[in-house]
Parts: sequence; C-alpha cells; structure tokens
Amino acid sequence: MAEQALSGTSDLYRALADIPSVTTYSKIAPYVKTDAAGDNHLSLMIDGIHCAACIQAIESALLQLPSVHYVRLNFSTRRLNVSWRGDANMAERMVQALTALSYKATPFDPETLARQDEKENSSLLLCLGVAGFAAGNIMLLSFSLWTTDIQTMGVAVRDFLHWVSALIAVPAVAFSGRPFFTSAWNALRAGRTNMDVPISVGLILTTGMSLFELVNHGEHAYFDSAVMLMFFLLIGRYLDHLARSKARQAATDLMGMMAGTATLLKNDQPHAILIRDIKPDMDILVTAGEYIAADGRVLEGQTDIDTSLVTGESLPMMAAPGDVVMSGTINLSAPIVIRTIRSADESQVGHMIGLMEKAEASQARYVRIADRVARLYTPVVHILAFASFMGWLLIGHIPWQDALLIAATVLIITCPCALALAVPIVQVLAVGRLMKQGIMVQSSDVLEKVATIDTIIFDKTGTLTCGRPALMNVDDIDPQILQLAASMARYSRHPLSVALSSYYVENALPLTVEEIPGSGLRTMLNGCEIRLGRRLWATTEKLPDDIPQALEIVLAMDGNAPVRFLFRDELRPDTLSVINQLKGKGMHLHLLSGDRQNIVQDMAKTLGLESAHGQMAPEDKFQFMETLRAKGHKIMMVGDGINDAPVLAGADVSVAPASGIDMARRAAQIVFTSDTLQPILTILNVGYISQKRVRENFMMTVLYNACAIPLAIAGFVTPLIAALAMSLSSLAVILNAFRLRRYV
Amino acid sequence: MSVLLYMIPLALILGFIGLAGFIWSLRTGQYEDMDGAAYRILIDEEEDKTSA
Repeated sequence: MAEQALSGTSDLYRALADIPSVTTYSKIAPYVKTDAAGDNHLSLMIDGIHCAACIQAIESALLQLPSVHYVRLNFSTRRLNVSWRGDANMAERMVQALTALSYKATPFDPETLARQDEKENSSLLLCLGVAGFAAGNIMLLSFSLWTTDIQTMGVAVRDFLHWVSALIAVPAVAFSGRPFFTSAWNALRAGRTNMDVPISVGLILTTGMSLFELVNHGEHAYFDSAVMLMFFLLIGRYLDHLARSKARQAATDLMGMMAGTATLLKNDQPHAILIRDIKPDMDILVTAGEYIAADGRVLEGQTDIDTSLVTGESLPMMAAPGDVVMSGTINLSAPIVIRTIRSADESQVGHMIGLMEKAEASQARYVRIADRVARLYTPVVHILAFASFMGWLLIGHIPWQDALLIAATVLIITCPCALALAVPIVQVLAVGRLMKQGIMVQSSDVLEKVATIDTIIFDKTGTLTCGRPALMNVDDIDPQILQLAASMARYSRHPLSVALSSYYVENALPLTVEEIPGSGLRTMLNGCEIRLGRRLWATTEKLPDDIPQALEIVLAMDGNAPVRFLFRDELRPDTLSVINQLKGKGMHLHLLSGDRQNIVQDMAKTLGLESAHGQMAPEDKFQFMETLRAKGHKIMMVGDGINDAPVLAGADVSVAPASGIDMARRAAQIVFTSDTLQPILTILNVGYISQKRVRENFMMTVLYNACAIPLAIAGFVTPLIAALAMSLSSLAVILNAFRLRRYV
Repeated sequence: MSVLLYMIPLALILGFIGLAGFIWSLRTGQYEDMDGAAYRILIDEEEDKTSA
C-alpha cells in the first residue's frame, strides 16, 4: 500500500499540470465556508485510506498547493479538514488532486454532522477522568482506614481521613455524576424510570449518609464506594457511547455522501445546486455516469439509463426526448438535459426516504435488553431497600440513622455496576471483531436482535449475485476478436461493456468509438465499419436463440460472421453453500426481486428456494415483509438497491453489501465489504454468541445480588466489603465478555 | 502521625497534576483521532512546511 500511495504522488504532479487553473463553476464551491478573516474551510470525507503513507500522501499533497496553510486528516473518522486563503475555487483542484492519488473525496457540511456526538464524548471522558482521580485518591486514604483498627488510629485521625475523602468525593460526585443525574431526571419527568434512577438515588443517598456519619464521628463513611461505583459506571457508559457513536458515525457518513450537488442550467450557463434545493421545472444537466437527482422529462439527448438499483432490472433502458426518467437511476452513455417534474424530495428517491422513515418509526418501539432489565430491576431494588429500612426500624428497633444506613448499603451493593457493564462491554467487543472482518455494524442494538431472527429475505441482483454480468462464453471467442471488442467496450459505461472490457486488460487498440444510445458502439477499422451492440442493430444475419436467460451483445464487421458475447449475472461464489447452511439452521428464506419472473424462478430452482417472487415493486416488497411481521416472524433483510431501502429500514435486522447504493447502505444496520455471502453467517453467529455472553453476564449479576443483598439487609456489610464486592462483580462481567474473542 | 500532614497534601497535589494533564490533553483534542495517532508516529517529518 505504501508503494502505491507514494507512486501516486508523482501521478499527482502530472495530474496537477493538466488541471485548468480557472474552472468555470465548481460543484464543491457550495461546501466551502469562508470565515471573517478571509480563510476558506472545507471538510471532505475520504474513501480508501489505510495506513500512515496515506495520511502523509494526502496531507503533503494538499500542502504543496499554493496558499493552503492547514491540512489535517482524522484517521478514525476519515474526515479531512483543509483551510486556505484566497480563491475559493481551489477546492476543485484539491478534490482533483485527491482523485489523482486515487482517493475518493466527497465534500460534506460539517454543521449537519454530529458535533453533538463529539461534545458528549469529551464531556464523558472529562467526567471519567475526574472520577478516576477521585477514586484513586480516596482509595489511598481508605486503604489506611481498612487496614488499621480504631484503637491504633484514634477517632481524630479517622475523622481527618474521612474529611479529606469527603472533600474529594463530594465535588467529584457532583461533577462526574451529572450524566446519570440528568438522564434520571429526564426519565422521571417523563414519568418513566431507567437504570440511572437507582444509580442516582444510590449515589446521592450514599454521599449524603456518609456526610451524616462524618459529622457524627461515625465509622460508616462510604465515600470510597460511592466514587468507585461512579468510576466503574462511567467506564460502562463510555464504552456504550463509543459503540453507539461509531454506529451513528457510519450512518451520518452515508447521509453526508447523499447530500450531493447537481448541475442546473440557467440561461444555458451551468450552476452547481444542492440536490435538496431542486424544484419542479428546472433544467438539469446530467452527464454520463451521473445519478439522476430528481424525476424529470428528457429535453435533449438520447441515452441509456441504468435502472438496476431502482427496479432490479439487469439491462439498461433507453431514454429519448419526451421520456420520463426517475431519480436514483444512472445515466450511462451520453449527457442529457432533463426538465424536472417533481422536486428532489417528492421524487422517487425522496418517496423512498419517506417510506424508510415510516419504517424506521416502527423500529423505535424496540426496547433494548438493558432497559428491559432496568424496568424490572429498579422497583425491586427500591422496594428491598425501603423494606429493610422499615424492617430494622419497626421490628429491629434500632435508631432511624442506622436503619437508613442499612437501606443505603442495600442500594449501593445492588447498584447496577456490573449490570451497566453487562451489555456495552459485549457489544463493543463484538462490533470490533466484526469490523476487523469487514462487517460494519451501524447500530449497536442490532446484535441483540440478530439472535431472534427466524426469517431472511434476500434481494437478487447484487445480493445473491455479484451484481456484475460475467462473460459466459469467453473460451469460445477468438482472442483477437476479444481484444477488438474489449477495446471498443472501454468507451462505454453500459454494464455489459464494462464487463466485456474487464476481460482484456492488456494492449487496447487505439480506436475512435461512437456510442449510439440504446443500440451500441460503432467504430471504423481499416476502412470497414465495426458494430458492437444489440443484435438487431449490429447485424441483419439470423442468430440462434438457444440461451434465453443470457444477456447478449453482438460484434459484427463486414465480411465476417457476427460473434455473440453472452453474459450472465453470476451467483456469489458461496451463495449455494450459505443458503444451505441457513436452511440447516431452520431459517425461512425468501427471494424478492424486481427482475423478470422467469429469471427469478430460474435462480430459485438453482438455489432450492421455495419462496421466490419476481417483478416486485418497492411497495410490494415492503408489504410482503409487513405481512410476515404481522405473523410474528423476526426478519432479516439482505439487499442492495433503492427498491430494498424501505424493507431494509423496516426489517428487524438489515444487511447490505458495501457495493450497494448509498441509500441501501444508509438504511441497513449492517454493511459488509466481502464478495461472498459468508458475512451473513458470521453476523448470525456473532449475534448468538454475544447474546449468550450478555445472558451469562446478567446471570452472574443476579447470582451476585442473591448473595450480597441478604448480607446487606442483615447489616453485615462494611464499606470494605461493599467496595470489594462491586469491583469483583464488574471484573467478572468484563472477563466473561472477553471470552467472546475465543469464538469470533 | 504528623507525617500525614505532608503526605496527604503531597498525594493530592500529585493527583491534581495528573488530572490537570488529562484535562489539558482532552482540551487540545488529543483523543479525537486515536487510530491516526498510532500511524502518525511512522511518518517522517518534512523540513519546510508541516501540517499545523
């Protein structure tokens, strides 16, 4: 990788020389922010960085540009911040420079992305730091309290040590306890309870009781327990936050990429416009290779439109003036001008986003396992504490201070330290392991749901198949003919051309190729015309129709017999074995596709799938899933297209290959980069194992509480025992979670 | 026991220095890019212009 990045630097200078210094208009310009001092700032999302050499290549390349004075690449978030003086149009050159280094740079608006998240992160770290400091220092004092008896030490020294502890503990609890207090307060105000309610009550009660003991020269000051408890809880909270913010970040990155620009034609002059600002009756120029940003009618130009991501249809359709093109499709062969008939929000893609949001709202009802436990746990603990207070007071006839102390001890010792760690520690470990295998988990709760899945719905194109047509009859074709055809195909973005040109990478013939949208490619070689494209356009000769499921292009030249190139979208190499293993696990499998019925049925037969449906519109797919859900099935959806996005958003667990369209990746909770289907099995496996660990952790805390609570209620627990018991239970939970590594 | 009068403030001061160091590192954004920091030690610094 290092060599690649470094050799890229010299490519850069060549590329820089080719860049015209004045660009007429810039697509990136809307993202450049100019501050009061005249400095321009740009944030870019960078794809494809792997190592130190990448950081260096990118930063030094941009610093070479004139007037750039700040470049910083954040390796963790893959975001690049650049500042420079002078011409705002430099932004264009920067992106071109990065492209020359073969990094994909996408501008984004940093304001829209989660700054909130970063603030929360550093405030949690600060709380953790303060709690750590306080815990360390108080333990130092407590150690002497625990190891020395009162006769040796004397009441005065003990009180002194307690006072110092109080001086550290009270401000620390007030400062570092805030995350728990605010969350508990918000929950209570909304008439709910959560895990933070007993934590807050425990913290406040313990600190208050210890202060009371302190003033009365008592022995039972629990400052150490309170601060240690808070420290451990904050570790759990931080881990939880880490897992969730990683997940959220993956999601916001995808969202930032979607907010792109389009080219608006106004008085025949191109202007960059943000896609979300597109209104009806605007003229938009769509160059070859670009996504169509809003539904519209073609005004000028003729081209092929790739609708595979929207409908699942494998072959492009032709669009000529007057035809309606839908947003989310890709313009393949020639530039066209469209007049929009709907704004971007109301266009097909916008409509899908609406469906997705509706589906996501139904997901919000899911209650995380930790919160379900908290709902049970909170009342039980408080009732136990209250009962022991009343019991000691009324039956045991001890002073109310002592009874309250026992009640507080019950609260501390049951305080859900291990419980608060039980889930996040497992999730952080599991998510990290999956990431190493190229599986990005975008929502940390999803692993909880994986374990309940009994039904899997697959999309066809790009999910079960590679989504790229492969040449079936490569062995039957004369290498010279292949070279000629591949050299022509290089000039087109048509999926079959792209596939064809990948079969001959060596010496391409220098040709002047003309693309005729909807028909094919044409060139002249040694004075005779060569056509590569649709059968009826390329040749008048009669050809056999022996393989109906194959996609075909024909190469014809004067005086030679036409040559057929047959393509088929191949299954991923391990699709069959993965499907069989899933069947072995007792999963219900369904295949839903927008492609033609006969192709879908054909594939279902190959894979042995009983339930397969073709020609499904996005709404049909969504309906199908809702019906299954209504029957009580827990559904995993695997898909990659715009038409899958609503189902992905609505399914219990959703998985998309990284090759899928932005929108599917955004809707999915899990994205995998592999060319195989193996990740589906890995995800299920990790889901089962991590849920098992979580259940074990809960069992351990229950067991621990079963031993500790009776002791606390009986009044046998000293501060030392409370602190030890809590630390040990937390440690046990963490160690158990680490056992995950052995299986994943 | 009078040793406590020195030792406890000393321990606290040491603790505070650590805490102050931590707060400083947090304020200067040293926890923002944990993965990048691991890679940046491998980069040789250039003589003229360095990234700020």
